[in-house]
Amino acid sequence: MRRADLSFITVPGSRAVEAVTWMRDHGGFTHLVMISCVDRIEEGVFELVYLLNDPVAYLDIGICVEIDRDNAEMESMHHLWAGVRVYQRELREMFGIDFPGSPGVEEPMILEGWDDIPPMRRDFDTLEYAERTYYPREGRSTSDPATEMEERSYPLDAGVKRGIKDLARSGYGDKENTKDEG
Amino acid sequence: MDDRKMKHRSPVPEEELLSPDAFLAPEERGLFCQDRPEPVEPSKVKIIRDFCNWAQANSVFILAFGTGCGAIEMRPLFTARYDISRYGMFPRPTPRMSGLFIIGGYASVKTMKRIVRSYEQMQNPKFVMGLGSCTVNGGMYWDSYNTVKRLDHYIPVDAYVAGCMPRPESLIAGFNRIKELIKAGKAEGANEYAKNFEWYKRNQRRIIKDWNMPEYNW
Repeated sequence: MRRADLSFITVPGSRAVEAVTWMRDHGGFTHLVMISCVDRIEEGVFELVYLLNDPVAYLDIGICVEIDRDNAEMESMHHLWAGVRVYQRELREMFGIDFPGSPGVEEPMILEGWDDIPPMRRDFDTLEYAERTYYPREGRSTSDPATEMEERSYPLDAGVKRGIKDLARSGYGDKENTKDEG
Repeated sequence: MDDRKMKHRSPVPEEELLSPDAFLAPEERGLFCQDRPEPVEPSKVKIIRDFCNWAQANSVFILAFGTGCGAIEMRPLFTARYDISRYGMFPRPTPRMSGLFIIGGYASVKTMKRIVRSYEQMQNPKFVMGLGSCTVNGGMYWDSYNTVKRLDHYIPVDAYVAGCMPRPESLIAGFNRIKELIKAGKAEGANEYAKNFEWYKRNQRRIIKDWNMPEYNW
């Protein structure tokens, strides 16, 4: 359910700075809460959300801007709030959105020496990258206290249970499987 | 410790390794010793060996470097309730003074670079304890793009404390385990590191892409 004190507007990319500046100077939204990004890969756009807050009237507004995903570039807003440059550096690093003119936007911020596509883009396969780059430990297993204690306290019962489970898993009664085993 | 051979991985080519002075400015080169670490064999005489191990086990100083969220569990250890100084342990501010490195939880690639530097700056004998599930197999960061899964591929680990998070009691159990290993002369992580130096360096190089430090810095 959407809150009554939170609303969103969508503006074209060329008018975004103008809209945010007007909101800050005349609309009373003097506080920038955050800049967020939504990767709408199906439509080929990044949706930037500038979330502003009016600390007097307790109102929030999100100004959404859709930019092209292939040529991701947005006007910098670091002249409006000094903190914007941090968000813009992070967006540049995590989504690959360029903000020309923003101070330090070219420098790495969190990732050092990243050489793949930006990791927060949805076409970046995190699991595949992690398994390719880091060394997965084989045999991740759980030791559930219930089964663990059963094994220790009632080894015979637990053994029978395990045997039945293995039998069921190996396809007991399934004709093809029994033929293979035979 | 059985998969040192790296059968299923393509290693970094040999020629990229061990190129001294490649990443340092000329004025910085004299500041670092670039010699490789040498394994230090324990004494042949049993009574001296035992005495050294006993002495080392009773003055294990911890490097106060909180590398992950697990470091929050080290605070209660130092204060009145769990008071780790009862066990002859104490946090030290610099790697030069400390003998035990506790990797407190997840190690991201960025932290890994600092971990490697700090570990190499520690003096022998030095021990490493992996704290939390993340150091064992990645834990909840099993599919993270930025967190290493197995700490023992980058620095040698003597003991693990599993759990997410482990309680201070588990940490004390881990300390006792480390002490047992030291007394038995089995905590030979630093020598492991020196012997398998290329293997460790190759693994570190695979994740630390912007290598701008000496090959071995101490």
